[in-house]
Amino acid sequence: MVKLIFLTVISGGIFLCFLRMLKGPTPSDRAVALDTLSTVTTALLVLLGYIFGRKVYLDVSLVYAVLTFVGSVAIARFLEKGV
Amino acid sequence: MYFIGIIITGIGVIFLFLGSLGIWRLPDVYNRLQAGTKCTTLGSFFTIVGVGIMEPEWFWKTLIISIFILLTNPISNHALGRASRKIGVKLYDGSVVDKSKEFDEYRENL
Amino acid sequence: MKKKLCLFFILLIIWILLTLPFNIQNLLLGIVISFIVSLIFKDYYSERIAEVFRIKKIIAIIKYIFTFLYYMLLANLDVMYRVLHPSLPINPGIVKVKTELKSNLAKTILANSITLTPGTLTVDIEGEFLYIHWINVKSANIEDATGYIVKRFEKILKEIFE
Repeated sequence: MVKLIFLTVISGGIFLCFLRMLKGPTPSDRAVALDTLSTVTTALLVLLGYIFGRKVYLDVSLVYAVLTFVGSVAIARFLEKGV
Repeated sequence: MYFIGIIITGIGVIFLFLGSLGIWRLPDVYNRLQAGTKCTTLGSFFTIVGVGIMEPEWFWKTLIISIFILLTNPISNHALGRASRKIGVKLYDGSVVDKSKEFDEYRENL
Repeated sequence: MKKKLCLFFILLIIWILLTLPFNIQNLLLGIVISFIVSLIFKDYYSERIAEVFRIKKIIAIIKYIFTFLYYMLLANLDVMYRVLHPSLPINPGIVKVKTELKSNLAKTILANSITLTPGTLTVDIEGEFLYIHWINVKSANIEDATGYIVKRFEKILKEIFE
């Protein structure tokens, strides 16, 4: 029951980020929303791993965190200087 | 042990939600970055470590994931903020002071 | 040589923590990989990585971590207050502050700490000046803003890096 509440609250957060990503007036707003969204997803993956009882999800989460970091920095560089 | 883990995970989940709420409610990029950085960093730290406490076998691995997020999340947000300022995203109308006028030239020289 | 050895042991400890439960195959693979990585990346690390293992530095680092965690909790409560308040009590602006730290690593850690403390976000560093976005501006003056934002970390970081 408690786990269900946790998942619902996190989904609400993801929904709000997604709305901002669709609406955001400038490209920077969308990039910020995407960055927040991916950090939330990292935490969500660990929580899902606990609920399903699979340790593999931890590795997925670690790799996802690394890729998110590199991706955000790449988007920032693109915004700043172009391709 | 289980209950301590549940409570810590719960606090983390609430902070994650508040971070997203900040992204939705606050008025401009820089204020959104403030909420996004602080709340998601602490929120994911607590959520992940809380799972590690509930399942003691996973503890060290979850600790490494959360320390990695703690170190890298501020850096990527810093890069986004800097890029936004350099390409000239406007500050919120109610802003009191802007001491970074010299960045305005950057866009013209691009 | 000493630098390489320190880097090697740090990497090996992280590898062992990642591959728990402990067994001998993982340990051997970890030794090989840590050795190769420390050979390649030895130049990218600070000259003084070996100093991390001194007692005085360890005490300063622990003190720093606790200060940092305290301010991080405070920062989140602050954001919580601002986000949940119906009328959004913000008063934002970008201010300039000055730091006395010299090395790049110290400046990076200072900027990260500022980003995670109540109401402040580092936007850029140029030389000894930092541009800070402050959600509730108390003073636009460089000296006063430095006193509010930078001083609480700079003291401890000086102990660690000097």
